[in-house]
Amino acid sequence: MKKYSAFAIAREAARYHQGWERAWAKRAPKAKYDVIIVGAGGHGLATAYYLGKNFGITNVAVIEKGWLGGGNTGRNTTIIRSNYLQDPSAAIYEKARSLYENLSQDLNYNIMFSPRGVIMLAQTHHEVRGYQRTAHANALQGVKTEWISPSQVKKLVPIMNIEGPRYPVLGGLWQARGGTARHDAVAWGYARACSDMGMDIIQQTEVTAIKREGGKVTGVSTTRGDIACDKLGIVVAGHSGVLADMAGFRLPIESVPLQALVSEPIKPCMDVVVMANTVHGYMSQSDKGEMVIGGGTDSHNAYTQRGSFHHIEETVRALCETFPMLSRLKMLRQWGGIVDVTGDRSPILSKTPVDGVFINCGWGTGGFKAIPGSGWGMAELIAKGHSPLTDEFGLDRFVEGRFIDESVAAGVAH
Amino acid sequence: MLILHCPNCGVMADETELTAGGEAHIKRETVGSDDAAFEQYLFQRENPRGVHFERWRHTSGCGKWFHAARCTASLEVFGTYPAQTVEPPKEITDKITAKRPGWSWRSFS
Ligand SMILES: Cc1cc2nc3c(=O)[nH]c(=O)nc-3n(C[C@H](O)[C@H](O)[C@H](O)COP(=O)(O)OP(=O)(O)OC[C@H]3O[C@@H](n4cnc5c(N)ncnc54)[C@H](O)[C@@H]3O)c2cc1C
Ligand SMILES: [Zn+2]
Repeated sequence: MKKYSAFAIAREAARYHQGWERAWAKRAPKAKYDVIIVGAGGHGLATAYYLGKNFGITNVAVIEKGWLGGGNTGRNTTIIRSNYLQDPSAAIYEKARSLYENLSQDLNYNIMFSPRGVIMLAQTHHEVRGYQRTAHANALQGVKTEWISPSQVKKLVPIMNIEGPRYPVLGGLWQARGGTARHDAVAWGYARACSDMGMDIIQQTEVTAIKREGGKVTGVSTTRGDIACDKLGIVVAGHSGVLADMAGFRLPIESVPLQALVSEPIKPCMDVVVMANTVHGYMSQSDKGEMVIGGGTDSHNAYTQRGSFHHIEETVRALCETFPMLSRLKMLRQWGGIVDVTGDRSPILSKTPVDGVFINCGWGTGGFKAIPGSGWGMAELIAKGHSPLTDEFGLDRFVEGRFIDESVAAGVAH
Repeated sequence: MLILHCPNCGVMADETELTAGGEAHIKRETVGSDDAAFEQYLFQRENPRGVHFERWRHTSGCGKWFHAARCTASLEVFGTYPAQTVEPPKEITDKITAKRPGWSWRSFS
């Protein structure tokens, strides 16, 4: 693989940009792999990448029914933060956030990580107590966050009305090293690095069955034929229930649409990420100048990547109170993704009842921020059978009642 | 927007009048059930891409619960029926069979 660099840009410019190589190879599936990952979203690709990088396992295929990064990875609002409440969450989300800091260098691919800072607004007294508790928990976990006053919030975000009649701003939880990254680039960067290690990224190929013998996985059937494997990683977010059904088990997961929208581009007006959980809205400004707005989830299970319109209306109505200037903006696009929600709002990284089948799902409304850490832990889980990052996130926690309750930290879709 | 017929009061209710109550026909476990049974009851869900039986409450209307049969892939509603039952009525399952041959749901299909 030819490295990307300032020198490469100059060299290719001199050749009228005719010499760039393909970022990843297009290969036909082999008959057998050591590990097959189903789902070329960020989590699946990162799992493959760290299997190769950390464990030298490169006879790997990542099978994707659509195009890589076309699921939730390419549909989210790209917020990255690690200010969760429980210790296992802090460990995996902070691992991910810290890997994001150097990911562009590691992958030789500009993922545009922008640690611009994230504020989670407290707009009720309940939230004030909740976030102060999180700030204390984060201090103990070594995650740098800070409780800030309404006037500090106003200083960071001058366009905000902190004295709204319904939901005044009472303070905020501030993580200065949180921020955003370019979501497609995260998928593309991992895919390019995986391909460079000799892994096969097989797009437009749907897994239709999971083959087993004596309780152990032997391979998958796909729309392009059968492929054998020793180990299988299911990393398909909203479709986890469908894949689990193929392997003969159920999951504590429900799939619901989550929506986002963007405005017309405007001049820079907000250089941090703001999340307002009470009113179910969160917003940042993209490099193109669009206000990127995330909304709420539908109340009922669905696999339609669009969502109910009234959620958009509610989100925008609420945000207009906190950001009055928004009322003058036209909205350009709206879309949805199918998110995989667990009861305790924490992910599942686990062995399964089928020997050799591992699952990584349940990231729900907030897994973009976790991609590098999740891939890191999942790779270790597949290679070694367990990982300090993932041990607490097993399926067994639902039998044992040992939940990792993040319903406060993840009170809103993010 | 999803529009469901409330079998209790007869109104065609918009989604905003209703509260989704999750999967229907779940067997309730109680004293004497083991951990695995409780896990099934409390957490494990069918979550299918296709035919789904679910509970709804007509919150901003008559306030009562009812059941609906709906396709989670197309959002087509096959019908709604009263909550006081352990299985959907035959006319609804027949309708589903006509439109989605080969569908299944736990114990009945
Ligand atoms: C609107 C919206 C906003 C969000 N905002 C944020 C945010 O601000 N911050 C944050 O941290 N998170 C956010 N999230 C959540 C985040 O996007 C997801 O948690 C994360 O992207 C999940 O990544 P993944 O790789 O697990 O899944 P995906 O990216 O969905 O990848 C799964 C892949 O599996 C493929 N697949 C499914 N079935 C099959 C099959 N049978 N065979 C082969 N392939 C299959 C799919 O096509 C898909 O490409 C948001 C999500 C949405 C929808
Ligand atoms: Zn009614």
